[in-house]
Amino acid sequence: MINKMVARNLLHRPIRTVLSILAIAVEVTMILLIVGLGEGLLEDSQRRTRGVGADILIRPSTSSAAMNLSTADIPEKLVAKLAEEFPEIEVATGTTVMMQGDLQTITGVDWDRFLQMADGIRYFGGGPMEKPYDAIVDEVYSRHKKVRVGDTIRLLNHDFHVAGIVESGKMSRVFIPLSTMQDLMGWGGKISQVYLKLRDPKQTYPVIDRIKQLLPSYPVYALEDLLTQAAADVREMSAQFVNIIIGIAVIIGFIVVLLSMYTAILERTREIGILKSLGASKSYITRLILREALVVCSLGILVGFGFSVLGKWVVEAQFPLVSITIPANWLLGGATIAVAGSLLGAFYPAAKAARQDPISALAYD
Amino acid sequence: MSADPIIEVNGLTKVFHMGGVDVPALRGVSLQVYPGEFLAILGPSGSGKSTLFHVIGGLTPPTEGEVKVAGSDLTAMTDGDRTKLRKEVVGFVFQRFNLLPTLTAEENIAIAQHIAGRDRQDQAFQETIRMLGIEHRLHHKPYALSGGEQQRVAIARAIVNSPRILLADEPTGNLDTANSETVLSILKELNQRLGQTILMITHNPAAAAGCASRTVHMRDGKIVDS
Repeated sequence: MINKMVARNLLHRPIRTVLSILAIAVEVTMILLIVGLGEGLLEDSQRRTRGVGADILIRPSTSSAAMNLSTADIPEKLVAKLAEEFPEIEVATGTTVMMQGDLQTITGVDWDRFLQMADGIRYFGGGPMEKPYDAIVDEVYSRHKKVRVGDTIRLLNHDFHVAGIVESGKMSRVFIPLSTMQDLMGWGGKISQVYLKLRDPKQTYPVIDRIKQLLPSYPVYALEDLLTQAAADVREMSAQFVNIIIGIAVIIGFIVVLLSMYTAILERTREIGILKSLGASKSYITRLILREALVVCSLGILVGFGFSVLGKWVVEAQFPLVSITIPANWLLGGATIAVAGSLLGAFYPAAKAARQDPISALAYD
Repeated sequence: MSADPIIEVNGLTKVFHMGGVDVPALRGVSLQVYPGEFLAILGPSGSGKSTLFHVIGGLTPPTEGEVKVAGSDLTAMTDGDRTKLRKEVVGFVFQRFNLLPTLTAEENIAIAQHIAGRDRQDQAFQETIRMLGIEHRLHHKPYALSGGEQQRVAIARAIVNSPRILLADEPTGNLDTANSETVLSILKELNQRLGQTILMITHNPAAAAGCASRTVHMRDGKIVDS
C-alpha cells in the first residue's frame, strides 16, 4: 500500500519526478565517467606497457613508478653493457619518451630491437621506419587523426612521414627513430628508460637484484610490479580530484532531492494531516517520504548507469585516444554515494513532515 | 445510562498561543458520552466545538482539565499515545472529506487499514463498502466522485477499522440537501444498527434533531445547555 502511495505521489507530479531522476542520473554519470576516465587511461597505458614484452624496466633516478615523462637521463651505452654482463637477457633496448599535448606520448625507439622484444608487430599499412623522419602510428591514432601511410604529420615541431600503421597496445601510439628524437630534444647519447626481456622470465627477481648492485642509483622494476605500483600511485594522485568531483556530485544530488522532497511535502501538507488523523505515526510519515526519495534515487541510479554507458560510447567515438573503463565496484560505489546524498537530502523534509501538527496540516489549503 | 462513559470530559480548557497572546478556545467544558450514543454538538462558529472535537480525537492535547476517551486519560498522553488513539479508538469524518487525492476510493479506505496494520480488503472492508453503497465507485479517484460519494468513502475509511468512537465534524457542511440526508441517514443507521458511538459537530439544528439521540449546545468555549 505504501509503495502504491509512493508511486502515485511520484506520478502526480511527473515533471518534478523526472527532473529529480535526471539530477541523480547526472550525479551518478559524473562519478562513473570521471572514475572511468582515470581507470581507462591507466588501463590503456598498462596494456601498452605490457605489450612491449619486457620483463624488467630501468628508469632514471629522478622518476617514479607512475611518472617518467619527457626526460632522458640514462646513458644509452648502459643498454649494451647490461646485455654483455647479463647472459640471462635476451633483448635489451632503450627508448626516449616525450609528452604530447593530448596526454599521448611520442616514443623514440630502435625499431628492430623493439620488434624483437615485442615478438613482432602487425602492420595495417606501410612498413618499418627507414629514414630519420619516418614515423609509425598505431591504428587508433591513425583512425582518430585520420592519418594514412604516406601522410605527413607534425611532431616535435618537425614534419614526419608516416611509414607504417601498426596494431595498438604496443608501448606507444606514435613512434619515431630513437636517434631522431635524441637529436631533436638535445638528448644525445641519453635515453628515458631501458627495457629488458629475459630468456627465462623466472629469473626476473634474481637479475633485478644483481642489476641493483651494479646500478644502485637507478630504480629497477619487474614490469608487473611497476604496473601495480604505477596504478596505485596514479590512483593516489587522482584521488583528490576524484573526491572533489564526487563531492560536487553529492551536493547536486543532495540539493535536488532536498528541494524536490521539500516542495513535495509542502504541497502535500494537507495529505500528511489526513494520514496523521488516521493514526499514521511519525515513523510511518518519515518512511513514506524516505521511500519516495529512495525510489527517485534508484531510478536516477539506473538512468545514470545508462547515461554512463552512453557517455562512454560517445566519448570513445569522438575521442578514440581516450578510453573509459568503469570498474564494476564503482557501479556500487556510485550508487551508494547517490543513495547517501538522497537520503541526506530527504531527511529534513521527512522530519519536517513527521513533526507537522495534524490540525494545522488539515487546515492547509 | 448504567455503563461507564466512553468519553468523559471534566473542566476542559484549551488555550492557543497566537502571536504572543493566549486565546482561550475552551473554558471549562464538562461532558459525558456513553457507548452507543449519538451526540450532536451544536454551536455557532468560534464556539469551540471543533476544538473540543480535536481534543477528544487526540489531534491536540488539552491545556487543563480531565479528558478520558475509552478509559485512557488524554492529559497524560504523549504524542505517540495520541497517534495510537487515532489509529485504534477513533475514526474521523471531516466537512471537507479529506480524501487523499492521488489514491482511488478503494485505496483511500485501504490506507486506514494499512496504517492500523490490518489486512487489506478483509471482511470488514467488504461489509463497509457494501453498507455505504460504494462498491461501484471503488476504482475512481476523489475528483471523479460527487460530494456525497466522497463523504461516503470518508465514512467508510473512518469505520473500516471498527473504531469505538466516530467523530464527525460538520459531515454535511459541503453537501447539497439530498446528499446531506443520505449521509445523515448512514450515520443514523450506523448508530442504530451497529451501536456505533458517534459525536457529531454541526451548526444545523435540523440535522442534529433528525439523527442524534442527544444534543448539546456550545457558545464561547462552554457548553450552555444539554
